[in-house]
Amino acid sequence: MSEMAIPFSPLTRGANTNATPLPPLLEVDRKPLTKKDVAADHPTWCPGCGDFSVLALYFKLIEKRKLHHEKITTVAGIGCSSRFPYFVQAHGAHFIHGRALPFASGVALSRPDLHVCVFGGDGDAFSIGGNHFSHTARKNVKLSYVVMDNQVYGLTKNQTSPTSPVGYKSKTDIWGSNDRPINPIKQAISAGATFVARTSATNPNHVLAMMDQAMDHDGFSFIQCLSECVEFHPGAFDAATPRKGGVFAEISKEHDVTDEYAAYRLADEPWPGQFGVFYKTQRPTKNANEAKIISDYRAKTAGQADWQILQKSFDRLK
Amino acid sequence: MSAVASAGTASQPAVHQISEAVIRIAGNSQDGIQAIGGFLARLAGRSEQEVMTFMTIPSTISGGPSIFQVRIGSGEVLSAGDDADMLLAFYDHSYLAHLGSLKPGGIVLYDSDHLKPENIPAENLTKYRHVGVPISSLTVEAIGGTGRDKGKNVFALGLIAKMFDLNVPKLHRLLTERFAGKDPKIAETALNAFNFGYNHQLATATELFQFTVGQNVGKSQVVMNGNEAIAWGLIAAGVRFGAGYPITPWSDIMELLRRELPKYGGQFQQCEDEIASVSMAIGASWGGGVAVTGSSGPGISLKTEAIGWASMAEMPLIVVNIQRGGPSTGMPTSIEQSDLNISCFGGHGDSPRVVIAPSTVEDCFYSAIEAVNIARKYSTPVMLVSDQGIATRIEAFPEPDLKSLVQDISPDLSPVTEHKPYDLSAPDGVTRHLAPGTRIGNGKYPVVTGLEHDELGHPTGSPKLHVAMVAKRRNKLKKLATELPTPKVYGPSEGQVLLVSWGSTQGPTQEAVKLARANGQAISAVHIKYLNPLPNGLENVFAGFQHVFVVELNDEGLYGIGQLGALLRGRYADPRIRGITKTDGLTWKVKEILDRVSQLTR
Ligand SMILES: Cc1ncc(C[n+]2csc(CCOP(=O)(O)OP(=O)(O)O)c2C)c(N)n1
Ligand code: SF4
Ligand SMILES: [Mg+2]
Repeated sequence: MSEMAIPFSPLTRGANTNATPLPPLLEVDRKPLTKKDVAADHPTWCPGCGDFSVLALYFKLIEKRKLHHEKITTVAGIGCSSRFPYFVQAHGAHFIHGRALPFASGVALSRPDLHVCVFGGDGDAFSIGGNHFSHTARKNVKLSYVVMDNQVYGLTKNQTSPTSPVGYKSKTDIWGSNDRPINPIKQAISAGATFVARTSATNPNHVLAMMDQAMDHDGFSFIQCLSECVEFHPGAFDAATPRKGGVFAEISKEHDVTDEYAAYRLADEPWPGQFGVFYKTQRPTKNANEAKIISDYRAKTAGQADWQILQKSFDRLK
Repeated sequence: MSAVASAGTASQPAVHQISEAVIRIAGNSQDGIQAIGGFLARLAGRSEQEVMTFMTIPSTISGGPSIFQVRIGSGEVLSAGDDADMLLAFYDHSYLAHLGSLKPGGIVLYDSDHLKPENIPAENLTKYRHVGVPISSLTVEAIGGTGRDKGKNVFALGLIAKMFDLNVPKLHRLLTERFAGKDPKIAETALNAFNFGYNHQLATATELFQFTVGQNVGKSQVVMNGNEAIAWGLIAAGVRFGAGYPITPWSDIMELLRRELPKYGGQFQQCEDEIASVSMAIGASWGGGVAVTGSSGPGISLKTEAIGWASMAEMPLIVVNIQRGGPSTGMPTSIEQSDLNISCFGGHGDSPRVVIAPSTVEDCFYSAIEAVNIARKYSTPVMLVSDQGIATRIEAFPEPDLKSLVQDISPDLSPVTEHKPYDLSAPDGVTRHLAPGTRIGNGKYPVVTGLEHDELGHPTGSPKLHVAMVAKRRNKLKKLATELPTPKVYGPSEGQVLLVSWGSTQGPTQEAVKLARANGQAISAVHIKYLNPLPNGLENVFAGFQHVFVVELNDEGLYGIGQLGALLRGRYADPRIRGITKTDGLTWKVKEILDRVSQLTR
């Protein structure tokens, strides 16, 4: 068999994508988006769930940064929190449990024109996706990751999560959890994340500020956002909620965000700890490293069509 | 080796004209026997001859016994050959293990520094022609160093070149090219070793051989192995992103793509595991390309959940599956076709995908392009299923017309008025995605998802929609089936036995047909390349025969039939369909196939 068996004609923007071309609008003619423009399906979350606030603040962030629809890319895995992309009127992807980060990395690396925002839960991030969390951080892939940490498996209805505190009574630990919870901030720093912050859904301004800084960051930006599951783990974050008699302690301006050890010590403070940017540093991103390899090669292949580059390789196979 | 003798004198060895020869080189993997095989294959390619190779690789890192078999011919070469015409044995163990694969009367060229002539049993001397050459010590004499050093493979290549009257200037050029860019002394040493071997007086050899002129005269050929052909095919098809995790025998595809893609503005990522790599590739496909991931054996198992997502979300994706012996870590360096089931059905739920299995190295190249085109056109994951045998074997094939083949599939991001990623009114259920970054005029944006969804990709619990979407995903592959050509019968379309092959069993199966027909048996063959969906019209092909035997390299299973056999039985419910299977980790021999046919038809 020396040829292709199926005749194939090049694909055009076809009728089957309903893709009638639209004349491009000048950027200046386009109005900034309002909350109404970016809200899609009504969220399926339980009334009072902390995730509502995170979604509202994502809308605010879009408004504040004057993003247009097509520049918003929202990706998630599986969980209550991970249903996020359905609620945003923009290109979105709802992938499989725990693998949102590698999926998002594929988008981020192949499409440097997009800034991908990934949302998910603590189980998705640190349990089934734990390995991906470490490696995406280590590689410093340029994207933002907001983990809506409710210290429980919400969607599957109350099992112990990797951030559930010792003693937490779930359906899988009826006597109270006995495994030491992971510390997401320490995990992120030690894995090599270059932007590490902590916030709580109960403090809207703070969430918005953290997301805004994360999106500005050139690298892997990680935010642990406490987000209460009112259904299964109510009151989990009262100690950090002034309205409930707790204290929302912001990291002092004196903290040197480039000092990894100071960040580590800060992250080790007893519950409920502090909030703000723990660690921030600049390291070449995976995107930049790959772009460098590509541009070095492209300098050598400049002016050649793809088939000519391939022909050179084939000439050596004769 | 079909030979026509020409006159020879007592002092001058006779020269025989031959149309083909099978040469088996046996030694340890560190002796560079793969390199000799590679030189011979590339020489054949440059000499307009057909060539096919077969090799075994030891599963230990430190090396160990290994063989490389080359079959060179002026006519059609369909397999690497059952038995060898010549055995080059570097050690006692190579001699003992491989003498059985030599035809009676065949030639053994052996290193008499290792295998002492006095240790050769007398009955062997009458059955085979023995030519002892102190290869190790002569190599030391030629280029210095010690007998353990590199060089004796090239010396032996010189001996073979002499024996088969190979084109010396072409071999010189191949050797020089091989070491180009390194210390010029290395190339010089190699040429010395080669010439020393070539000029060695083969005292006990009473005859020399000469290949008749090949039928491919004037055609430019390229020489590569199956894995390289897949990688180059993907590049030609416009694939610019890939992700993977190392595992033999898939790794060299990822290594080649990692090295080459940047030249085209693309990239290949090594990930933390197979799940990450399939996920990353799917992300890049959503980004607007057709991305590739791949693996072997256990790595494919790990990817199945994400492949199911690609099926559900209707995302184009290429999954290269270089099968090896399984299950689990299995027999990682042996040949098996036991991953057809996981390729077609691996995954929970009804998750249709396309499965294509190339049968030759050349077919690997074109199948890769075809896989990409199908993935794009039908917005579906495509499994490209090869095996350890094709992956490592070297073949020469006519140089492809790259100018007309190489395609640009980069995404079109120009704005559109509206878009439904899962439009149920689309003809035959075929829809395609818009890449993120595309502006949609009506402000309704799609979500790609693994949850059952409506036309915009939003979740639904509606049984009606689920039924409609399941049908959509099924129907588009049924449409593809109508585009697939019905396979042509090799041999007459009526007879007693039809052999069905897939993947690498095509060559030995067709050769079996040739041999059987020459002996008056009414045997034909059909090869199935598109395994999911199957092409239409096979029932008409089967109708011309009393027996339909599916030849494959996997177990007969609980119900006495192999994996493709079971698939065909399931589809056609035809009791004439039976299986010819085996699991010894080696390619089919023509004789084995014909023996099994006669057992089954007895
Ligand atoms: C492979 C796989 N295993 C298990 C599940 C079931 N599952 C869905 S969501 C989830 C945990 C969700 O917890 P978390 O990530 O914390 O999100 P939350 O619902 O709390 O927001 C599990 C176990 C699944 N969907 N896929
Ligand atoms: S179960 Fe918990 S996490 Fe899920 S929506 Fe309800 S409150 Fe939120
Ligand atoms: Mg949770």
